[in-house]
Amino acid sequence: MSTAIQNPPPPLTKKDFATDQEVRWCPGCGDYAILNAVQTVFPNLGIPREKFVIVSGIGCSSRFPYYMNTFGFHTIHGRAPAVATGVKLTNPELSVWVVTGDGDGLSIGGNHLIHAMRRNVDLKVLLFNNRIYGLTKGQASPTSELGKKTKSSPFGTAEQPFNPLSVALGAGARFVARSVDIFAPHLRSVLEAAAKHRGSAFIEIFQNCNIFNDHAFDPWTEKAVRDDRVVTLEHGKPLIFGKERNLGIRVTDFRPEVVRFEGEPPKDLLVWDETRTDTTLAHMIAQMGDRADMPMPVGILRNVQEETFESRVHAQLRDAVARQGPGDIAKLIRAGEIWDVK
Amino acid sequence: MASTDVEKPIHRDNAKTIESVVIRFTGDSGDGMQLTGTQFTSTSALAGNDVATLPDYPAEIRAPAGSLPGVSGFQLHFASHDIFTPGDRPDVLVAMNPAALKTNISDLRPNGLLVVNSDAFQKRDLEKAGYTVSPLEDHSLDGYRVVALDLTRLTRRAVEETGIDTKSADRCKNLFALGMMYWLYNRSSEPTETYLKSKFGKNPTLLEANLLALKAGWAYCEATELFHESYVVPAAVVAPGQYRNISGNSALALGLVAGAQKAGLQLFLGSYPITPASDILHELAGFKNFGVIAFQAEDEIAAIGAALGAAFTGALGVCSTSGPGMALKTEALGLATMVELPLVICNIQRGGPSTGLPTKTEQADLLQAMFGRNSEAPIPIIAAATPGDCFQIGYEAVRIAVEHMTPVILLSDGYLANGSEPWLLPDLDNFRAIRVQRPDADPATFQPYARNAETLARPWAVPGQSGFEHRIGGLEKQDVTGNVNYDPINHAHMVHTRAEKVARVAASIPRQEVSGDPEGQLLVVGWGSTHGAIQGAVQKARAEGLSVSHAHIRYLNPFPSNLEDVLRRYDRVLVPELNMGQLAMLLRSRFLLPIEVLNKVQGKPFTEPEIRASIDALLQRSPA
Repeated sequence: MSTAIQNPPPPLTKKDFATDQEVRWCPGCGDYAILNAVQTVFPNLGIPREKFVIVSGIGCSSRFPYYMNTFGFHTIHGRAPAVATGVKLTNPELSVWVVTGDGDGLSIGGNHLIHAMRRNVDLKVLLFNNRIYGLTKGQASPTSELGKKTKSSPFGTAEQPFNPLSVALGAGARFVARSVDIFAPHLRSVLEAAAKHRGSAFIEIFQNCNIFNDHAFDPWTEKAVRDDRVVTLEHGKPLIFGKERNLGIRVTDFRPEVVRFEGEPPKDLLVWDETRTDTTLAHMIAQMGDRADMPMPVGILRNVQEETFESRVHAQLRDAVARQGPGDIAKLIRAGEIWDVK
Repeated sequence: MASTDVEKPIHRDNAKTIESVVIRFTGDSGDGMQLTGTQFTSTSALAGNDVATLPDYPAEIRAPAGSLPGVSGFQLHFASHDIFTPGDRPDVLVAMNPAALKTNISDLRPNGLLVVNSDAFQKRDLEKAGYTVSPLEDHSLDGYRVVALDLTRLTRRAVEETGIDTKSADRCKNLFALGMMYWLYNRSSEPTETYLKSKFGKNPTLLEANLLALKAGWAYCEATELFHESYVVPAAVVAPGQYRNISGNSALALGLVAGAQKAGLQLFLGSYPITPASDILHELAGFKNFGVIAFQAEDEIAAIGAALGAAFTGALGVCSTSGPGMALKTEALGLATMVELPLVICNIQRGGPSTGLPTKTEQADLLQAMFGRNSEAPIPIIAAATPGDCFQIGYEAVRIAVEHMTPVILLSDGYLANGSEPWLLPDLDNFRAIRVQRPDADPATFQPYARNAETLARPWAVPGQSGFEHRIGGLEKQDVTGNVNYDPINHAHMVHTRAEKVARVAASIPRQEVSGDPEGQLLVVGWGSTHGAIQGAVQKARAEGLSVSHAHIRYLNPFPSNLEDVLRRYDRVLVPELNMGQLAMLLRSRFLLPIEVLNKVQGKPFTEPEIRASIDALLQRSPA
């Protein structure tokens, strides 16, 4: 009998990840760009399509699974990280992605988000931050800036917003990054890095809601100002930005400040190291974006490896089998003191 | 694992044979009353008695020592015949301090035996319990046979030779009391000695002290003739086989594991600690070599979320919780109904609403299980009747969830969870196979919401299966394709389909059985933990010639298909419940039958006489 030589399956393409469902986001929504980036990155990860699972909560962003031809679970408001934790614990070989928003992930689901990060479950959390509630038509969100006038805050909000990166860092996320819907190549590179990372990954994506909060990120991301208002963190490189590449960031007295220079960059500029275990500097840089006089940081703030939750859980199961042998239910029933009645 | 033949009681010449005894051990939370009770229970079970127990402990972990809220108790009923409850009024009360005496004395039957530790009746102790005069001196206990002895001092003297410190010596006095009870009922102390050796093996001094205290309690009775006579409760005649003593929560954990194994599924428990359900989490967390993942989630919602994620990924999702936790799981239960995945939710009910009575029993979550979700979200409900039945019901919950692709709510309660009884070890070969609803092999024809013609269950395709990629979610979906769909006619079709799918579970459950006559004047209908009290009361009434029978419903949604027929064969139907009439409401609305009710909401189980009084009243008989 001869054996036919098996051709390897054809490589996956972007089209393999598209579904037949009509995409129902508003025309011009930033979500389209993010969907495009994810569909572009997924085929290149070397992961079979059936091993992708996308779990979402509720909100505009959470429609995402319906548009990805993978396994998908559109769950309930805020609970996607909990559901995804069950998925990953059950089958650690799956590539599990959580799609959430600023309301879903940081308001109603804040508890699940921080605990998934704390445990270091190997989940890739994409938080689409548009600083507004879109699906419910325009209420303030936990990332809406102080004083923001919305339908639910006609006189302006009276509360400080979350900085999503600070939340993720504080919760212990091992991979923390930020990108922007319209920074396509940058977004793709961050998604790829997150996919390669083993452990809890958090990616905040600035996403424009052109209906209820249009131009929310223009002060930083608008083409005309972008170079001067955004600094891209690159591992092993000094923090340099500006149209002329003549602005740098250094830390003095535990406070980042902008340095203008001519020619060679000064030696005391902050050189970014995403593998730092200690999060102090990452926090400092994350919060820099909240200051009007400083540029908005994008890129990978933190990228450290540690054994994952699911790996530890499954190691315990294997150890138990090694020590006690596979479970025998008939034996388990007979555990403890038993007696015969004749 | 130890297997022993039924032990022969030690017959003393003057021992008097009696049929059954109810003992209640009471003391401060730290006095070791639960241990004393469970030891007497297993020794009695090993001696062949039928036993039933009721632990009663405070919600506070350590209320102030000697205070009324700090009293912990353990009641045990053992007999030479079939018994159904832990007993109503104790024959013997052991009270380790005034607070224990004060909170329990009213239950002791007249002329009952009262054993008190008189060392604990000092001025301060009495004040803490709110006594101005010592009850040992004011003749208020004249109606009982009082044995007051200096338990603390006697125990200290007994363990003196070990050189142990006073505090540790005092903690041995529960074993002194246990030794006394063993003497009184001619029990061998061997099983307890074996237990102590395994518990304190690493601490020889403590072990020695405990053994000495146990022996001293026995020897003290032997030497002093403290009790005028001793008793023998012979072995009960029960079905032959192998037995062990088991609590409801342990049996439930075993039943779930057995079901998962039979179905060939990994068991994934998502749980958050809550009284009285936490023991299920503890038990399952220990079954790692069975591949059981016991995930302690950040909250009740995450617990069910993770269990549902596990179900999506091909595991059997399970949750253990109690009423307040059920309330939090409501939305996710709706999602589970919508995505039609197998999930078992165990609600170990307790007194409510809100935090209510965390350590006390109630069965007031039936309507929550039935209707406690937004919109039309039917879920099968089953309920265990006895601690041992929790095994069978756990298994059944798995079977229904997996074969019908649906969440299932399993109702137990604090009384079943912590109570225990001798359990005839089941033979798993006799349990029905559990068929997992795998999709057909060909992915080209796969539709996530195609349905099994018989059960309407959808196929369970899981991540990792190439070609079966699909999306599910809480939005209404088109039947067969599972695509999001807002069409009004489709929605109506899906609401009816989900209802019909649950209704068809009735085809796979046993018919309703009746204990007694197939027809007659009165049928007492119960569910859950009231089984023992109802069965006991009905049997006694029948022995006196009354026309009364007992039906206990274990399948509450859907009801067994013959239930209406059964109910209509009796002139009257009485439904006793530890709530304000929840099953009664369901039966009335479903069958348009007049239903008599007996309701109790005290955080305590029914007593047999309470049920009996209601039976007598309905049969227009004056109380016996």
